[in-house]
Amino acid sequence: MTISRETIINIVLALLLLAIPYAAIQFGNPFYVTLATRMAILGLAAVGLNIALGFGGLVSFGHAAFFGIGGYVAGILASHSLSGAPLNFGVFSVPGTNQMPVIWLVALVAGGLLAAAIGAISLRTSGVYFIMITLAFAQMTYYFAISWPAYGGEDGLSILVRNQFPGVNTMVPLNYFLVCYGVLMVGLLVSALIRDSRFGAALQAARQNEVRVASVGITPFRIRLVAFVISGMITALAGALYADLNRFVSPSMLSWHMSGEFIVLIILGGVGRLYGPVAGAMLFVMFEFLLGGMTERWQFFLGLILLGVVLFARGGLIGLIAGKPRHG
Amino acid sequence: MAETILELRNLCKSFGALKATDDVSLDLRVGEIHALIGPNGAGKSTLIHQIAGTLTPDTGTIEFLGRPISQLGVAERARLGLGRSFQVSSLASEFSALRNVMLAVQSRQGSSFRFFKPVMRDRSLVEPAMAALARVGLKDRADIPAAELSHGERRQLEIAIALALGSRAFLLDEPMAGMGPEGSRQFTGFLDALRQEAPILLVEHDMDAVFALADRISVLVYGRIIASGTVEEIRHNPEVRRAYLGDPQ
Amino acid sequence: MQIALFIEQILNGLQLGVMLFLMAAGLTLIFGVMGLINLAHGSLYMVGAFACAAVAAATGSFWLGLAASLAAAAAAGAIMEVLVIRRLYDRDHLDQVLATFALILVFSEATRWLFGSFPLYLDIPPLLQGTVPLPGGSRYQLYRLAIIGVGIAVAVGMYLLITKTRLGMRIRAGQSDRDMIGALGVDIRLLYTVVFAFGAALAGFAGALVGALQSVQVGMGEPVLILAFVVIVIGGIGSIKGALVGAILVGVTDTLGRFLLPQLFGLMMPPSQAGLVGGALASMLIYIVMAVILAVRPQGLFPAMKG
Repeated sequence: MTISRETIINIVLALLLLAIPYAAIQFGNPFYVTLATRMAILGLAAVGLNIALGFGGLVSFGHAAFFGIGGYVAGILASHSLSGAPLNFGVFSVPGTNQMPVIWLVALVAGGLLAAAIGAISLRTSGVYFIMITLAFAQMTYYFAISWPAYGGEDGLSILVRNQFPGVNTMVPLNYFLVCYGVLMVGLLVSALIRDSRFGAALQAARQNEVRVASVGITPFRIRLVAFVISGMITALAGALYADLNRFVSPSMLSWHMSGEFIVLIILGGVGRLYGPVAGAMLFVMFEFLLGGMTERWQFFLGLILLGVVLFARGGLIGLIAGKPRHG
Repeated sequence: MAETILELRNLCKSFGALKATDDVSLDLRVGEIHALIGPNGAGKSTLIHQIAGTLTPDTGTIEFLGRPISQLGVAERARLGLGRSFQVSSLASEFSALRNVMLAVQSRQGSSFRFFKPVMRDRSLVEPAMAALARVGLKDRADIPAAELSHGERRQLEIAIALALGSRAFLLDEPMAGMGPEGSRQFTGFLDALRQEAPILLVEHDMDAVFALADRISVLVYGRIIASGTVEEIRHNPEVRRAYLGDPQ
Repeated sequence: MQIALFIEQILNGLQLGVMLFLMAAGLTLIFGVMGLINLAHGSLYMVGAFACAAVAAATGSFWLGLAASLAAAAAAGAIMEVLVIRRLYDRDHLDQVLATFALILVFSEATRWLFGSFPLYLDIPPLLQGTVPLPGGSRYQLYRLAIIGVGIAVAVGMYLLITKTRLGMRIRAGQSDRDMIGALGVDIRLLYTVVFAFGAALAGFAGALVGALQSVQVGMGEPVLILAFVVIVIGGIGSIKGALVGAILVGVTDTLGRFLLPQLFGLMMPPSQAGLVGGALASMLIYIVMAVILAVRPQGLFPAMKG
């Protein structure tokens, strides 16, 4: 079997991301470790979105909702763990926790449930309707977070001590990077498996031709709903990691700028490509950092760069280097 | 009389003031090719759409394998065994011919909710799909993306998909459009044999093929079936000659 | 409950509704004619507000400011269309979303560059200052009533424009059959630029009118843009009538929800908690309404065309 050009690029990207924090420490610039962690986490969020958007053609403009709910899961569980007060759900109550594996599990479930609810309504529509409805539902969670003061409302919620991972001191930046990098790799593995599986075949075929998929007896709605749920779960997991990175969660994680940013990551990297979200996140965080260092007006130039990419380089970074995608 | 597989009774469908389907009844029996002919705009495709489920009839019933199916969706009807080809071919255009057929195989095997095993290494998908491609003569084109196949090849691919689905009846909407004379001749032979596997409701403009293949013919004009019978009966039916062949007598 | 307060809230809802209509009408028109989803529509709203505030501050006349808002937003829209939007008509919605998202970044940052980060303020013109009496004894701001009147006038004007004029005929032709108007010898490129600039002017006009009620600042267009999306999704994308009905529905629902829900919950629970629950629910109310409408009619109330 020959190794495709895209596979080589993927390996290089994975190694490059892993090398950044070590190089940073080597050159005495530990701040870059945090940048690399941001790349890994935003990459993971976009890996989630890519399953819906890239493989399934479902242009969700509301993935911030999942990212945010993951973040709030981490923040809320941590705050209850710290105060010792249990979380009340009316009939039953559960204690908080500062253990990342538990938090991740809860984030996955919460993200999945929210995605199932939003998807069940939004997927009845398509095209522009779908874009606007996912945006509107995410906005709904945003306003809810702002108007619900129990967990900080507009001001957000701090995580005083970063949550713990068994056997790892997560307060050491490099350790936390490795945790996030590990989760990203698992996310990419899941994404690759899905892409090549029967489910992935049906999902990608439904993007190309919905009628064809129905005429062989597969109901596109169900396939899409499951894809949307998986997609939301992965993005929620990324949200939990992001909250722990910043040790802070606020409604801004739910804002539509966040949703837009995820789409930007995917386009920058290459739509529907396995490592597109990672390439996009690396590029984006780098742009943000470099432009931000040069000018206060970096968003202006970021906008111009994005316009250039959309108008003139539609395949994204991986498309530029590896050419068109191949379907076996 | 042979067993009836598909039966339409008193089907009506209007678009505004236009009666696209006007009280149509017809059936399809085991082992036969039933051709549906009529001038352009007679409502042949509209009828196929209603049978396949992309359009819902206003009134009337459709029974397939003894079961009413008018209320079922496209996917459910396909799962019951209704295979179709489209007037304008409809395929997953980025996928290779093989992957298009594999999609039907996986649907037939029951579940698309499998997330781990790579399809291209799954012999239980690849082998039946290759077999179906071989039957329509596309084996050598298995790796070509559907978008790059010729018009004729895409028709053949759609038939391969219907075969792989294990269809109990075929709805073929102009399967020979876009094929050269040689291709048409070969394909006529193929359809001739296919009827033994499952009956075919055939919409076709190529009258030589229709007269060579059909066991029965129904003639649709302005949404109504004006005549139905054997090839000989239709050839000599004066109403058909007047309405369809433009014969002034 | 006091009737006067209730009437006041209804009027506030109407005022929000007509504002949303001005935004939504442009969005839905642009989508209907060109098939384009424009996220940067909120930026045009902002451009209108800033133009009005700046010109009003320089000349002392709100009315000159209002004229400037129309001109500036229309010009910005036309430039945007010629330089960027035009290249997006044949692209998929994903590209359109991304490019217009990028335009928001450019517009917001450029505005901050020109005007700084501090909000500007715009005074209500002397002619429209003051209040008018309402039945029930309270008084209502004249300016807000004027906005409602202007919104209704624009709605009627648009109806006449689209049904009675030559431009309207071409717009309708563009909505139903794009190839046809080309065949009729209409300069499509020009038509598209005109439609886009017209939609932009409506948005800028709305921004200027609202600018006198709130502060004029970067990012002010975004919440309104998203509400306008909700409006056109409810109304049916591409339908002006749907935009009007949807806008009034959203405006009144949102305003009354914030007013009534805390009181409603107050009947069942202590006031502090009622305010909390009612307030949170009110902030989500229009989205819930949208979800319910879509569950019943996925193409909106007045389906105009396929999305």
